Amino acid sequence: MELKRTVKFEADRDPEFARWISHTVGGERIRQCLQCGLCSGTCPLSLYMDYTPRRLMHLSREGFKEEVLSSSSIWLCTACYACMVECPKKINVTHLMYALKQRAIEEGFYPKRFPIPVMAQQFSRMVRRSGRITESWLIVRVFLRTAILRLLGMSKLGLRLFLAGRMNVRKERIERRQEMVALLDSVAATRKELAL
Amino acid sequence: MKYTYYPGCSLRGTGRAYEESLLAVFRALDIELQELEDWNCCGATTYLSVDELTSYALAARNLALAEREHRDVIAPCAACYLVLNKTQRYMHDYPDIKLVVTRALAAIGLTCEDNVRVRHPLDILLHEVGLKAIAEKVKTPLKGLKVAPYYGCQIVRPYATFDDQHNPTSMDRLLEACGAKIVYYPLKTRCCGGSQKGTLPEIGLDLIHYLLSEAQKNGAEVIATVCPLCQFNLECFQKEAGNHPPISMPVLYFTQLMALALGASANTIGLQRSLVPIAPVLAKKEIAYA
Repeated sequence: MELKRTVKFEADRDPEFARWISHTVGGERIRQCLQCGLCSGTCPLSLYMDYTPRRLMHLSREGFKEEVLSSSSIWLCTACYACMVECPKKINVTHLMYALKQRAIEEGFYPKRFPIPVMAQQFSRMVRRSGRITESWLIVRVFLRTAILRLLGMSKLGLRLFLAGRMNVRKERIERRQEMVALLDSVAATRKELAL
Repeated sequence: MKYTYYPGCSLRGTGRAYEESLLAVFRALDIELQELEDWNCCGATTYLSVDELTSYALAARNLALAEREHRDVIAPCAACYLVLNKTQRYMHDYPDIKLVVTRALAAIGLTCEDNVRVRHPLDILLHEVGLKAIAEKVKTPLKGLKVAPYYGCQIVRPYATFDDQHNPTSMDRLLEACGAKIVYYPLKTRCCGGSQKGTLPEIGLDLIHYLLSEAQKNGAEVIATVCPLCQFNLECFQKEAGNHPPISMPVLYFTQLMALALGASANTIGLQRSLVPIAPVLAKKEIAYA
């Protein structure tokens, strides 16, 4: 039997994390959170989460970084914006979920072969190269890197969509692809310069 | 009336029928759509959620290109609509974001003055064209076809001002003007899971399951959608969604139903691209179409 302390101590907190969340885009009003729970009540995914959005807001602003970044909730959020619309304090909960997701990726808080960061990576590569997304190729690339077996399971659906003219073999591209590269490089340079 | 049209990537892939039917509807109503020259991916939820700054710059290139046309932009895809609107909002609210985006645009010789409106076809059809004008042009009334109107998330939430965020009715009214009967569908703005069917399949399927069973329970013969991802999720995973017995219900874009009523022929509006065909339902209703 493994016994663990279930109550968090103040010493477990990371004040830097608490400071970061209230200064990040969308987090300006997080300290005004009433803990009313409308976000959790309206969230269609909260019933699958380890920490509901309400609890996540509280843990974040108090600086419980480990708990927050290793929570399943940040990966379950589909960005449906229901929480944000309901929040009586106009806290941008959806956007904070984004911020937490980015931080979790930066700090490596996700299971190996987890598809979401892989999808994001493949998505951005395709945009940089072509300027547009060709869904069929994106799906193939993500599954090749995460769950090859599931790709085989999906081949029947893929074929039906292909026959219906809904799966492109030819890659979609913009004309001035050099503009994509210049645009993305400029964002990276400014981000570095201003430490954003 | 003339608008700049921003298709977005999905309307060139899985959502091809959305583009075909949208163009047919606007053609039938004598509204000109001009495709945005050399448009690029908006960034969508994937990009936005892991690399926001970059996604704003991507969206802003489209906004900057659109500004040169001095017309409102029509963005039919839910994700594109949200991202373009959010980018405008955030560039206005956050100076740092504006700085990053302005510099990135300058690197490719563009500027963004924030003077273009990004609108959804629901908004244009309801508020610029109007129900009366649409009803007058109906050639093949939908004869009480029972439709569950499914809006999903990112059209009405969080930025749209053209409809109610809790109980939107713009699609309901447009389809009623075409002769359809709207069934009670309280899950109309509940999320379909987005890309979750791909990343966390059990949960994605669970959400799809309830959306389908609720539509069936309330007597719908077809589900109408406004988003390529919603359409894809609801149509393509009906067997896996765990309904007993499995539900087999056509899921069309609202523009396909409207185009049908406005007299377009089936294969010009992508009806042949459906995995669950609408033809048996239309035959049962004795709706004769070309």
